[in-house]
Amino acid sequence: MTPSTKIKLNYQSSILWGIALTLVWISQSAWIGLMNPYYLSIIIYAGINIILAVSLNLVNGFTGQFSMGHAGFMSVGGYFSAYITTHYFAQSLDSLSQIQQALIFLGSLLAGGCAAALVGYCVGLPSLRLKGDYLAIVTLGFGEIIRVVVLNLDSVGGARGLPNIPGLCSFGWVYTWVLICTFVIWRIIRSSYGREFLAVREDEIAAEAMGVNTTQVKVKAFVIGAFFAGVAGGLFAHTLRYLNPQTFDFNRSVEIIIMVVLGGMGSITGSILAAIFLTTLRELLRPLQEWTQIDFRMVIYSLLLILMMLLRPQGLMGTREITSFFRNRRGDPR
Amino acid sequence: MIELIQHLINGFSMGSIYALIALGYTMVFGILQLINFAHGDVYMVGAFTGFYAIHFFKLAEHPSWLSLALTLVVAMIGSGCLGWCIERLAYRPLRKSPRINVLITAVGVSLFLEFAGQLFFGADPKFFPQVLSFEGDWSFNELKINPLQVLIFVVSIFLMLALDWMIYRTRLGRAMRATSFNLEYASLMGIPTDQVISLTFVLGSTLAGAAGVLVGLTYPKIDPLMGVLPGLKAFVAAVLGGIGNVRGAVLGALILGLSEEFLVGYGAPTFRDALAFGLLIMILLFKPTGLLGLKRAEKV
Amino acid sequence: MKLQNLTRPNYFAKTVLMGAMFSQALSGCNPKNSSLSGINARTSAATGNTIRVGEVSSLSGSEATFGLSTHRGIELAFDEINRNGGILGKKLELVTLDDRSKPEEAATAATKLIADSEVIAVLGEVASSRSIAMAPIAQNSKTPMISPSSTNPRVTEMGNYIFRVCFIDPFQGEVMAKFALEHLKVKKVAILRDVDSDYSTGLADYFTAALKKGGGTIVLDESYTSSDIDFKSQLTAIRAKKPDAILVPGYYTSVGLIARQTRELGIQAPLLGGDGWDSPKLVEIGGKALENSYFSNHYSNEDTAPKIKNFVTQFSQRYTSKPDGMAAMGYDAAMILVDSIRRSKTLSKQDLRDAIAETKGFAAVTGKISLNEQRNAVKPAVVLKIVDGLFRYQTTIQP
Repeated sequence: MTPSTKIKLNYQSSILWGIALTLVWISQSAWIGLMNPYYLSIIIYAGINIILAVSLNLVNGFTGQFSMGHAGFMSVGGYFSAYITTHYFAQSLDSLSQIQQALIFLGSLLAGGCAAALVGYCVGLPSLRLKGDYLAIVTLGFGEIIRVVVLNLDSVGGARGLPNIPGLCSFGWVYTWVLICTFVIWRIIRSSYGREFLAVREDEIAAEAMGVNTTQVKVKAFVIGAFFAGVAGGLFAHTLRYLNPQTFDFNRSVEIIIMVVLGGMGSITGSILAAIFLTTLRELLRPLQEWTQIDFRMVIYSLLLILMMLLRPQGLMGTREITSFFRNRRGDPR
Repeated sequence: MIELIQHLINGFSMGSIYALIALGYTMVFGILQLINFAHGDVYMVGAFTGFYAIHFFKLAEHPSWLSLALTLVVAMIGSGCLGWCIERLAYRPLRKSPRINVLITAVGVSLFLEFAGQLFFGADPKFFPQVLSFEGDWSFNELKINPLQVLIFVVSIFLMLALDWMIYRTRLGRAMRATSFNLEYASLMGIPTDQVISLTFVLGSTLAGAAGVLVGLTYPKIDPLMGVLPGLKAFVAAVLGGIGNVRGAVLGALILGLSEEFLVGYGAPTFRDALAFGLLIMILLFKPTGLLGLKRAEKV
Repeated sequence: MKLQNLTRPNYFAKTVLMGAMFSQALSGCNPKNSSLSGINARTSAATGNTIRVGEVSSLSGSEATFGLSTHRGIELAFDEINRNGGILGKKLELVTLDDRSKPEEAATAATKLIADSEVIAVLGEVASSRSIAMAPIAQNSKTPMISPSSTNPRVTEMGNYIFRVCFIDPFQGEVMAKFALEHLKVKKVAILRDVDSDYSTGLADYFTAALKKGGGTIVLDESYTSSDIDFKSQLTAIRAKKPDAILVPGYYTSVGLIARQTRELGIQAPLLGGDGWDSPKLVEIGGKALENSYFSNHYSNEDTAPKIKNFVTQFSQRYTSKPDGMAAMGYDAAMILVDSIRRSKTLSKQDLRDAIAETKGFAAVTGKISLNEQRNAVKPAVVLKIVDGLFRYQTTIQP
């Protein structure tokens, strides 16, 4: 990549960033409140899914590890932040000013994210010795262990779930975090620091030979990915206002994996598009499902997974970003 | 004391079920180093094939060893065919792909079987008809033993010995070991590796089908998601014993069955499912080759 | 160096924008006017020639059996009303949405019903976890919601628009405790609960409290998860404590196997359960092992009262299966809603809510239903005994 394209890239993308941020800003104040709540809720869930997919992409796509326990991180973050707002602030929340409420919510989200990151650190540690499939199974196992532990925690309701979570979340919150998440991960990947992640993906042994501390890189990927999954969990908790261990089962992890695989492992915009597509698809399939009374969704998802691997293993976007389509035909981002 | 012995019996019987599934798992992994996620679901399809065979041939009206044998044969053929299809359609085209891609496909196949199963068989659990009934149970005072569980234990030990013999004493077994050692070199030596792999898959799936029927007989409730956890636990058992090693698979399964039993009986029953994964993480961290496994050097 | 200079202003712009946006996002997030919950009661659903009612049900997923039964009950009730000329000169229209047995989907479905289909009231959900997820949405949009069979007390605590027509877990737990102490005359009871299920844990807790109050003891409290097929380790531990009865407050899917293994281990104590047992599949899987076990239910479909008989015949004719407790609850929920619409001053959601709250002594299939201050149904429960594979009426326990 020549320096001139790099300048162009930053210039162009920062315009896009500006537009995106302004849009969120205007929409929240101008017309979101008047919108049909049903469509709004789809948009909000799509946003949460974008955060999940992009953060998982850092682990699965950019670092080449295969985490199957992303729902576990989401659950840790969701429960942690919901516990804070429900147990410590539920009564006093109404008497507080909006700014104070917002600060409490922000604090709980960050705390949830950090708790998830801590768990992510623990999950990342075995990667010291494990590679590929084994690591995948271990992450799956961790996800299940987290679910069983939550099930046995009486303070967050166990199987009964955690109700009465204050509904602090809104469109603005979710899409602020969508932008923060994409921004952070995008900047990591485009930095020289982030090349380490890609190096581990491309060839772990070669990377190690070049002096990359592969274990550290993998743990970093897990920690950052888990942090954003935890934040997404917090946003989810304060949108739905009820948490239940069943929500974060293996199928939930699979849903996020499908978004990453479909969009392309290693493409942020791919993950975003896939997250939006699959969230909408779920609602689009609704009439068909009500008519047949059969849940086709998971069958379609699983077929998508198989067919993608057979026909287009790199995903719809491969490792390209959507911006590369505007720039040149070959779309060579790196 | 009696309670302790009863727990031991229960643990062995649960372990032998895991063993039955783990045998097929370890065969497939041994040859391809592929975690065949769908193995637990092939086991489920085996149980359902048996279920429909029983209804089709009206076998439940005449419970006998012959009925059981017929059910087993049909279920084994059914799941064997399914195994062949999975290998041919989903795994073989990816033989040269990165392992992550194969893993994703395996997850996809597994989910597909589970949810297509819910469409075809219905999500509601079904009663597995008793094609073989024993009069009463074998009991020594307070100690109760279900004869079916003894049968499962005997079958899994027998299969272990038979597979062991096949792998180490026959030409086919040698071909399998060669393919497992190095696919490329084996095919250069004139071994039809594709066929060997297909055959291993079919064999593994057949075993899963048999396991499905036998478990269905002992725990007469079958549903499309019945294979998920036993499949994962059988995998844990196979890793515990040293993956690719049939004796190890049985050993690992028995250890897993017993440790689950004692955890549930004397401690925290709700952590049963977490135990398997905890064991897996421990064994992978401290002895990744498993108890009876051999170390493989990683090639660059 | 040049490169850096060129890129820096962009960062600055981003930071400024981000800050501006952030402060805006912060100020726009009050739980009261939070956009998701700010559904205005816009147009009434009762304009035109139909009255639209929404239903959220688990028609697929892990608890589809219960959802389908309830749905059939509701469908039957609506058809019956429409066949007899509708209500207030209008036809009832039922909009059913599936939630795939997931709380978050139940919330989305409720949002869709209220915002998109503009229903006058929502019926559902079967399971408490889903009802709790739906309740804030119904409450914030001031839409009455009637749950047919969510027994967790917290459901109706979510707000004054949330009702239920079934009894609550504390009562059901009390019923079985009372039955065990007074009819079976047992004192030592062991519990085997499903920790995956909010229903099972709740029922077990309330049973424990009620039994202890009545002078009984819980000798052992064991648990399993819904995907387990082997319960022998728990049962072996239970056997060592020699209980007089074992409470298994789970769903019929596991109870059949539990019963078999209980008898295999030579435990003769009767099994006790709740309305989650109510399915023909229970006996199919459990077989003879379930003989002389007892469970509490909303009604007995063998009852000879004309109202019940009529319902059972109609249901069997239409769906070629006998209605279980869930179907009866669905039917009753729909009928109470219809009755309230009749009594309501206007067809606004506000008046409808008041009308539902005033329901007193409504003669339903599952007994006389009155709604109390907490918007819960006050009604008797029946205890059924399993004899020769059939659910035989044993006794009625009044609240």
